[in-house]
Amino acid sequence: MELAIIKYNAGNVQSLTFALNRLGIEPILTDDPAILTKVDKVIFPGVGEASTAMNYLKEKKLDKVITGIKQPFLGVCLGLQLMCKHSEENNTDCLGIFDLAVKRFVATEKVPHMGWNTIQNLKSQLFDQVVENAYLYFVHSFYAEKSEQTIATCGYANDFSAALQKDNFYAIQAHPEKSSKTGQQILENFLSIK
Amino acid sequence: MLTKRIIPCLDIKDGRTVKGVNFVDLKDAGDPVELAALYADQYADELVFLDITATVEKRKTLVDLVKRVAAAINIPFTVGGGISSVEDVSALLNAGADKISINSSAVKKPELVNELALEFGSQCVVVAIDTRFVENNHYVHTRGGRTKTELKTLEWVKEVAERGAGEILLTSMDHDGTKAGFADKLTSQVSELVNIPVIASGGGGNTQHFIDVFGKGKADAALAASIFHYKEVDIRELKKSLAETGIPIREH
Repeated sequence: MELAIIKYNAGNVQSLTFALNRLGIEPILTDDPAILTKVDKVIFPGVGEASTAMNYLKEKKLDKVITGIKQPFLGVCLGLQLMCKHSEENNTDCLGIFDLAVKRFVATEKVPHMGWNTIQNLKSQLFDQVVENAYLYFVHSFYAEKSEQTIATCGYANDFSAALQKDNFYAIQAHPEKSSKTGQQILENFLSIK
Repeated sequence: MLTKRIIPCLDIKDGRTVKGVNFVDLKDAGDPVELAALYADQYADELVFLDITATVEKRKTLVDLVKRVAAAINIPFTVGGGISSVEDVSALLNAGADKISINSSAVKKPELVNELALEFGSQCVVVAIDTRFVENNHYVHTRGGRTKTELKTLEWVKEVAERGAGEILLTSMDHDGTKAGFADKLTSQVSELVNIPVIASGGGGNTQHFIDVFGKGKADAALAASIFHYKEVDIRELKKSLAETGIPIREH
C-alpha cells in the first residue's frame, strides 16, 4: 500500500512515520500533487499555528489539491482544524471540507487541553474494535464544534468533535501515533478503509 | 474526562540510563529504549528523559537515542537537560521528541522561552523549575539545584507562563529524594497561579503521596524516578489505587 504524508510547514512527522512503520508502512513525505492524487491513502498531519499553515498551503496551491483528493484521507490534530471552514486562531479561513467553526477553549479549564481523555459516541469504521470511553492523547487549544459529521466526541471545557468524517475525508483531533494501543488500532482501521 | 498523568523520569548519561535500575525482566537495564517500552506497557502516561551527560561531544548521542525511543514507543515523551538553543530543540523534535524541557538556560536567557514557543508552539515547551525554600521564600535554583538564584519561584512561574511555556515541571529540592511526599502546598499555589498544566516532582514515595499531590496539590501530573525504577511503586497498581479514590486516571 502506498501512503503519503502531506509535507508542509506544520510540525514534525517523525512520530507519525514511526507509528506507520510499526504497522509495516513506509510513508512517502511529499507535497507533489501528482503523488498525492495517486497514492492509496493520504495523511494530513499538523502541529502548529493555523494561519501560518494555511498561508503556506495556499502559496503551494496545496489547498486545492487537498480538497480534490478522492482517496481515504486522514487529518490529524491541526490537520482536523484546517479541514474546517474557519478557525478563531488568528481569524483564519481554512479548507472548508467540514462546514464548521474552530474555536478556542474558554479558560474555565487549563489551556492547552493536554493529556489523555476519553472519547464517546463512536460511529465510524475508524473506531472498529475501539470501545466507548477509550483513552486518546490530546494536545490542543482550539477545537471543532460538534456537528452531524462528528464521529466521536470528547469532553473538556465543553464537548467537542474528537473526530469528523465526510465522504472520504476523516479527521481526528487526538494524536493516534501517541495514543498507545488504541491509537495504533485507529491507524490500522484507517489503513483498511477502502 | 481529562486524566491526571503519571510520568516516570529516566536519567540518561552517555546514552544509557543511570541510577542502576533493577529490573529482572529487562535484558539490559541500562538501555533507555527497553525501559521506556516497559513503562509504556505499564500504562505510564508520558515519559521524561533527562540527559545528564557532561560533555557537549557526547551529547550528540542524545538525538540518536531520541530517534530510537520514538521508533519503539507510542506514548508522548519529553527530553530535557542542557538544551539551550532553537537548534538544539529543532534537532530533538525532528528526531521524534514530543516536548523539550529547559531549565537553567531559561533562567540565563528568559527570551529563549518566547523564541521556542514562537518557533515550535507552546505545547512542546516545558519549563523545568528547581525550587528550594530559603530565607522565608521559595527561590529558583539552577545547575541541578546547586546554585541559588535571586528569582522567587512564584514570580518566575508567572513570567515563563506569560512568555509562552506550555507546561511547568516543578521540582521541590526540599522534597526530592525524601520519599516523604510532594510539595503539595507550593504545587497548588503554582497550579492556581497559571492556566497551564503543572507536573509535580520530588518526594513521591507511596500511593497516598500521589493522592495528595493530585488533590491538595492540584497537580495535573506527577513525576517520579527511583520508586518506579526500583519497583517500590508499581505503576499499574498505583493507577488502580488512584482510580479507586475517584481520581481520573487512565487504566487501560
